[in-house]
Amino acid sequence: MDEKPERIVLTEEQKRKQRALSIAIAITLGVLVILFYIVTLVKGPGVLNQP
Amino acid sequence: MTDISAVDHRSQPGSISTIGLVSEASVSDYLALMKPRVMSLVVFTAWVGLAVAPVHVHPVIAFTALLCIAVGAGAAGALNMWVDADIDALMTRTAKRPIPRGRVTPGEALAFGMTLATGSVAVLGLLVSWLAAAMLGFTIFFYIVVYSMWLKRTTPQNIVIGGAAGAFPPVIGWMAATGGIGIEPLLMFLIVFFWTPPHFWALSLLRAEDYARARVPMLPVVAGPAETRRQILLYSIVLLPIGAAPWLAGYVDAVYGAVALLAGGVMTALAWRLKVAADGERGARLARRLFAFSILYLFVLFAVLLIEGGLLGRAAA
Repeated sequence: MDEKPERIVLTEEQKRKQRALSIAIAITLGVLVILFYIVTLVKGPGVLNQP
Repeated sequence: MTDISAVDHRSQPGSISTIGLVSEASVSDYLALMKPRVMSLVVFTAWVGLAVAPVHVHPVIAFTALLCIAVGAGAAGALNMWVDADIDALMTRTAKRPIPRGRVTPGEALAFGMTLATGSVAVLGLLVSWLAAAMLGFTIFFYIVVYSMWLKRTTPQNIVIGGAAGAFPPVIGWMAATGGIGIEPLLMFLIVFFWTPPHFWALSLLRAEDYARARVPMLPVVAGPAETRRQILLYSIVLLPIGAAPWLAGYVDAVYGAVALLAGGVMTALAWRLKVAADGERGARLARRLFAFSILYLFVLFAVLLIEGGLLGRAAA
């Protein structure tokens, strides 16, 4: 039972692309948080009220 | 041993090939899925719809609405590429899109598109207007299910009816501002709706072989180039008064009316020259010219609407 489990080893190119995608997702989520924060400041307590 | 051990081409002892297991897509591939050029026209017309609305909209709310509409348009682009992957692979114009090139798998495009569609509709509803959000959701549904899945593959009238999807953004913009509907956004809807056939058929005249190879029943493939040129002229003639309708209805002043009539006249003249042209290089050149001018036509009309109805109208109020 000393056989090591098989695993995926990424190439440097794949690592770079995965990192870039992760950063893009993080930025998107960050923008979303900031957007909700600013809209809350603008609309005040009735942030979910519609025109 | 695991199931994936069956994959060969081991790169290192104890490891397995990543072919098919790890996404090869880059950020730019995902951006390409969103059809940025189509997105820019959608955002522009939505902005005009939002700006001409007779209410004050806080810049942050306007930005939020346009961001959601842009992302919703991107979602529609990604989902369209998921639906049309088989067609895109057969056409020269679209063969380099991310899915035919093998950069993005169809499953990734579907997940990406659905995530963006859900997110854009939800955020637009929560922060701006649920009516506008519902309209955005319906537009994405219409573009993907009604146009891409159904009409595009079954009828030469595909882009006539399907063109409604591209005509909804100014209505969404207006709804985001007012929470309701009015005559002005409906006139903008009609302008884009009647502009789409001559615009798209001019392009499809140039790509008829592509469409035939992909077995897409575009008008030039089914009815031939002569009938397509006749239909382009008819729609251009109908578009002329519709383009001027915001002025005729009294929503903007004579400057818009003059620009709309002049631009519509040029478009009709180009369509007439295309109609009487023979097939061959001259016909192709005129089709290219009409296609290019049609983009300018829509941009100019909406830019003047933006200046007169939005910016100047607000300053005068």
